[in-house]
Amino acid sequence: MLSIKDLTVNVNDKQILKGINLEIKAGEIHAIMGPNGSGKSTLSHVLSGKAGYTVTGGTATYQGKDLLEMAPEIRAREGVFLAFQYPVEIPGVSNIYLLKAALNSIRKHNGQPEVDAMDFLTLVKEKVRLLEMDEKFLYRAVNEGFSGGEKKRNEILQMAILEPKLCIMDETDSGLDIDALKIVSEGVNSLRSPDRSFVMVTHYQRLLDYIKPDKVHVLAHGRIVKSGGPELALELEEKGYSWVEDNQAAA
Amino acid sequence: MTTATASRYAAEYSTIAPVLPGQTLPWLNALRAEALIAFSAQGFPSPREEEWRYTNVLAIEKKLFSPSISLNAADIDADWLKPYRLENAWVLVLVNGHFSAELSVLTDLPEAVSVMSMAEALVKQPDKVEKYLGTAADQSEHSFIAFNTAWFTDGLFVHIPAKQVLDKPIQLLHIVTGADAMATTRNIIIADEMAEAKVIETFVGADNAYLTAAVTEVFVRQNADLTLYKMQSESEKAYHFGGSYIKQARDARFTHHNFAFGGLLARSDIHADLDHASECELNGLYLGIKRQHIDNHTRITHLKPYAISRELYKGVLDDRARGVFQGRVIVAIDAQKTDSQMNNRNLLLSDDAEADTKPQLEIYADDVKCGHGVTVGQLDEKSIFYLQSRCVDEETARNMLTFAFANEMVDKVKIRGLHDMILEQVLARFPQEGINKEWL
Repeated sequence: MLSIKDLTVNVNDKQILKGINLEIKAGEIHAIMGPNGSGKSTLSHVLSGKAGYTVTGGTATYQGKDLLEMAPEIRAREGVFLAFQYPVEIPGVSNIYLLKAALNSIRKHNGQPEVDAMDFLTLVKEKVRLLEMDEKFLYRAVNEGFSGGEKKRNEILQMAILEPKLCIMDETDSGLDIDALKIVSEGVNSLRSPDRSFVMVTHYQRLLDYIKPDKVHVLAHGRIVKSGGPELALELEEKGYSWVEDNQAAA
Repeated sequence: MTTATASRYAAEYSTIAPVLPGQTLPWLNALRAEALIAFSAQGFPSPREEEWRYTNVLAIEKKLFSPSISLNAADIDADWLKPYRLENAWVLVLVNGHFSAELSVLTDLPEAVSVMSMAEALVKQPDKVEKYLGTAADQSEHSFIAFNTAWFTDGLFVHIPAKQVLDKPIQLLHIVTGADAMATTRNIIIADEMAEAKVIETFVGADNAYLTAAVTEVFVRQNADLTLYKMQSESEKAYHFGGSYIKQARDARFTHHNFAFGGLLARSDIHADLDHASECELNGLYLGIKRQHIDNHTRITHLKPYAISRELYKGVLDDRARGVFQGRVIVAIDAQKTDSQMNNRNLLLSDDAEADTKPQLEIYADDVKCGHGVTVGQLDEKSIFYLQSRCVDEETARNMLTFAFANEMVDKVKIRGLHDMILEQVLARFPQEGINKEWL
């Protein structure tokens, strides 16, 4: 699905990612954990094509294609979805308008006709129920006046409707109370499938109680310093990030 | 100046004077004579005047536009007019400053409601016109008002009696067709106690250089409710000067929606005087492309306690267009508990576009809540990336955000036909690639 090799990235001439290697197979969930400032968000931004990051070396190959060459919207149409840490408010553009525009862009990209209006509404309403959202949200401006939890839920709603192949979730659990976290996790779990992969960037182990990862990686100072199974997250929770950072310093 | 007058127009006044309406009314003759003297002495406003510092009207003096002596509506193409004409409304059409009965629809008006041309009102109810003409628009304010008083050839006269609620809007459709033509019109709208009405002023013209100079005086009596819409979609070679001067009585509610789309040089003045607990809402949207210069000048005067004013003007400026917003809120010493908020937001789409914005609060009372905010900026890059990450290409994302910025003001229009007319005008002026009209 996604193969990252020796990826190095600068922001304003400062090296943030110092050689990332990651192999994600179809159907897998990878958690990327790390302290603040370790480069977690940079990684998710670079993969989704945000401006302001200079790739100085390495590659990212998505389904056999060079991901880094594609414009952000092409990545999205090819099935890469970024759930934002801080979803952006777009006054004047309704949720349902954006969902429809996005879904039709993907369909056009794949040579399919525009979605039927009735089918679309049925699909959207089903997903709204899944995420226990109020249908009124659909007709409100994207994220405008939403609470933090509502914004995160809205990201997962978009993900559920667009059905991406690679879901990058940037700190989706930050700022969520336990009830909202459960709903979001159920939403994500319902999307798990053998041909869909997830990269969950998170600061907290708590998310992994609800969404069980196949692999856990620890990012520190722009490098993956440790990889393992779900048990690594628990060990981190117990010993703190200083444990891996100290290990790295000793190595 | 080598001549005795500051304006070439004054010298030409004798060509129009014999055909002006209301010749037999001594009070009107006196008013016009006084206005002519005032205008002759001053000429059009100069950028040296603070209220006109961003807008130079010298071109009008250079061009010397001529008024039409009489109605000539024969060359109006009904198909051309159709998109500007509202269905389900009373429509009064002025062509080059003269009322056209043929193009107007004023049938089935409720009894006691007056909707007629100003010329007709000066014949049928001169006493009523006398009572109001010139009492909201102070001609010492600036010389366009004096010019209008001396030169006006016709206009709209509306009087809604007490407690009358109009179920259909009244549309004034103001058309200028001739090259180098000038249309000077004076409108009076009176909503008596508890009356409710909606009036729409639409200004359009053929693809020529011409001058529109309109003054509208509005009287919203006690506890009445009036909404005034103005859409000027003049030709891109035209000069437009339109002033709306509003007197609100106690508890009166007034809402103004000002859509400034056309004109090479367009200026609107909206002045509202608020009495005890009256409410005033001013909304504006100006779109500038090419070399357009669009100036909006508002003044809200809180004269008595407990009045509320809300103002939001938004501008989108592309190419080499220039937008000017001057907003003044004056809170008189007696106007305690005033609640006022004024905002102006500008979106610049090109490096050569310019926005000049000047909000002014003058507060003489000490127990008030007044605020203002101003922004001038470009499209937010974070928003563009967010839309791109949702499959929308960059160009479409920019168009969507621009449209959404402007559409906030269009959405405030609750008259369906008018809303759609304005939406068409907005879409026609900006790139709409990727904007799916069916979803709006």
